[in-house]
Amino acid sequence: MYKIIRKKQLNPTVTLMDIEAPMVAKKAEPGQFIILRVDENGERIPLTIADFDREKGTVTIIFQIVGSTTEKLNHKNEGESLQDFVGPLGTATKTDGLKKVAVIGGGVGCAIAYPVAKKLHDLGCEVHSVVGFRNSGLVILEDEFKGVSDKLFVMTDDGSSGRKGLVTEALKELIESGEKYDEVIAIGPLIMMKFVCALTKEYGVKTTVSMNPIMIDGTGMCGGCRLTVGGETKFACVDGPDFDGHLVDFDEAMERGSMYREFERHKHEETCCLFSKEVK
Amino acid sequence: MANMSLKKNEMPAQDPVVRSGNFMEVALGYSKEAAVDEAKRCLNCKNKPCVGGCPVGIDIPEFIAKVAEEDFEGAYEIIARSSSLPAVCGRVCPQERQCEGKCVRGIKGEPVAIGRLERFVADWHNEHSTAEVRKPEQNGHKMAVIGAGPSGLTCAGDLARMGYDVTVYEALHLAGGVLVYGIPEFRLPKAIVQKEVDGLKAMGVKINTNIVVGRTISVDELFEMGYEAIFIGSGAGLPRFMGINGENFKGVYSANEFLTRVNLMKAYRDDSDTPIEHGRNVAVVGGGNVAMDAARCAKRLGAENVYIVYRRSEAEMPARLEEVEHAKEEGIIFKTLNNPVEILGDEHKFVNGMKCIEMELGEPDASGRRAPVEKADSEFVLDVDCVVMAIGTSPNPLIRNTTAGLETNRRGCFICDENGLTSREGVYAGGDAVTGAATVILAMGAGKTAAHAMDEYVKNKNK
Repeated sequence: MYKIIRKKQLNPTVTLMDIEAPMVAKKAEPGQFIILRVDENGERIPLTIADFDREKGTVTIIFQIVGSTTEKLNHKNEGESLQDFVGPLGTATKTDGLKKVAVIGGGVGCAIAYPVAKKLHDLGCEVHSVVGFRNSGLVILEDEFKGVSDKLFVMTDDGSSGRKGLVTEALKELIESGEKYDEVIAIGPLIMMKFVCALTKEYGVKTTVSMNPIMIDGTGMCGGCRLTVGGETKFACVDGPDFDGHLVDFDEAMERGSMYREFERHKHEETCCLFSKEVK
Repeated sequence: MANMSLKKNEMPAQDPVVRSGNFMEVALGYSKEAAVDEAKRCLNCKNKPCVGGCPVGIDIPEFIAKVAEEDFEGAYEIIARSSSLPAVCGRVCPQERQCEGKCVRGIKGEPVAIGRLERFVADWHNEHSTAEVRKPEQNGHKMAVIGAGPSGLTCAGDLARMGYDVTVYEALHLAGGVLVYGIPEFRLPKAIVQKEVDGLKAMGVKINTNIVVGRTISVDELFEMGYEAIFIGSGAGLPRFMGINGENFKGVYSANEFLTRVNLMKAYRDDSDTPIEHGRNVAVVGGGNVAMDAARCAKRLGAENVYIVYRRSEAEMPARLEEVEHAKEEGIIFKTLNNPVEILGDEHKFVNGMKCIEMELGEPDASGRRAPVEKADSEFVLDVDCVVMAIGTSPNPLIRNTTAGLETNRRGCFICDENGLTSREGVYAGGDAVTGAATVILAMGAGKTAAHAMDEYVKNKNK
């Protein structure tokens, strides 16, 4: 069992947890992920590692409540434990030789973009961060990003915090103003990553994206996480989760991500009913 | 006097119509009377051809003689000398190509039902034995086993019996490997696997789940932790796909994913949080046991039509005879001599058909089997909404990519000597990780062989 050491609500739908998992913490690197099961009958879900503390032996996960499993996870409290927690899986984000990088985060994807920005900052790289959210109530990790970014742009769809607009608008301005990036690292909803890549392709800036498809084992066994990258089938769990964004078939990835939408909706409603009954 | 009946005692089984709607075990096992009667069919041949057909060399006539005498515990002891997982192997071994294939009684009539007798004996033992598993005296040396599948569990068990302090590292959350994620409940009840695992734990074997060697910990770190020799039984878990158009549409699964969702994650149960597509018309591509398992699972999930699409003819199918028979009884439709060429999808990229082409058998190929050749202009569309690819697996590259000095062949299998020793001192391997996808019993045999070699190695080193 893996104990929840700390739990913090970052916004109404996004929660942070520090999980006691010393062996995972010892090896974790930004860009890698873990797979967890909340309880005995739980499904295995992948979550990208948001932070880790090798000394304390904890791994931080940040998740958005989107379905039954994340709902159940969110109902766990400090001191309680998760059934299973395995990792670190996948390959770490490549940071070698990067001198100047634009890190683009969207929504809960910022939770994964942050450790990458932090690592780059610690390596002495110039980091420009652009983070986007739907509205001010959903902004997460602003201070953390501030601490590791040479420039930070917060974007919201409705302008209730930072600037009004999409992350691509800010990125486009930066590139057009003459900023030369060795690489753009974009982590967020597929649709955001797709448009970031469309933009950077125009300007010929190498772009890495972090994919988070449906998977079960996370070790290359099921192939459920397969995507098309440069015309070839790749498994996100072992070949990624980072890929060259200019080669990823985002449309296919978006379709595949919706495979169990009906099941999810149904199961989530069931879980919510269950929890509301408990409250009564 | 031997029982000279030309036919095996029949195996009682759940009715095909009933069982295709549940996940309970299909074959129900011999009664005591049937077992004794069947045992009497054995001629106790002097040269024991059956033993030569057994990958772990169980003394078959000897255990069968004990069954005939109704000394079932005695029979168990004989099997247990050579096999660690008799309740499993009695159920999943391809006996018709091993022991039973060599049985003299099979020349005229049916061979002795060795597999069914093995299962009977193991089940009898599990049900009646009161002997407590004793923890062997410890010799103070530590051994690590990577992978809790058939080869790893066997290796761990044998090492523990020799007195070693054994730790098994398993990537998934449950021990058993293919026995829990691959082979379905209706063919191998998970309680049986659990019992074997519990038996190992009672002997002092530690099983650490949720540890991916190659990621969470490396082979080198295991040595640093004081393990004196390491066995790798990481299996062949990487699924193959055909590389045809439409393979990434929603509703196309690897057999590994489909079976893992059903068996390990129990997606067939309402209380499981793991989703699975309940296809109405399902095509399973392949002709092995895995294909049969996937097809029969799909049927149990409620599919109306389930097809086995296989490019050769039924005679070339690698599946166990019994699985093919059971699948047919359950209404699985065999489309042999057909090969998929494209998977079709609707506007939302859900599968809505599979284009196939008819095949015919040509000259024998490298495998000795007649090679399937496409028939011109014979394409047709099979109306399916779910496709499962059961066309084989390759070894997982995680360990070989993260461990220096481990040589593999071009298929990614570890290169070992006859004792399972890899190209690196103290590192042994066995099972599918060495042979590519094969059988439970071969993996077990490899685990056994390696355990003895590891024992020798550690003894010599500490001389």
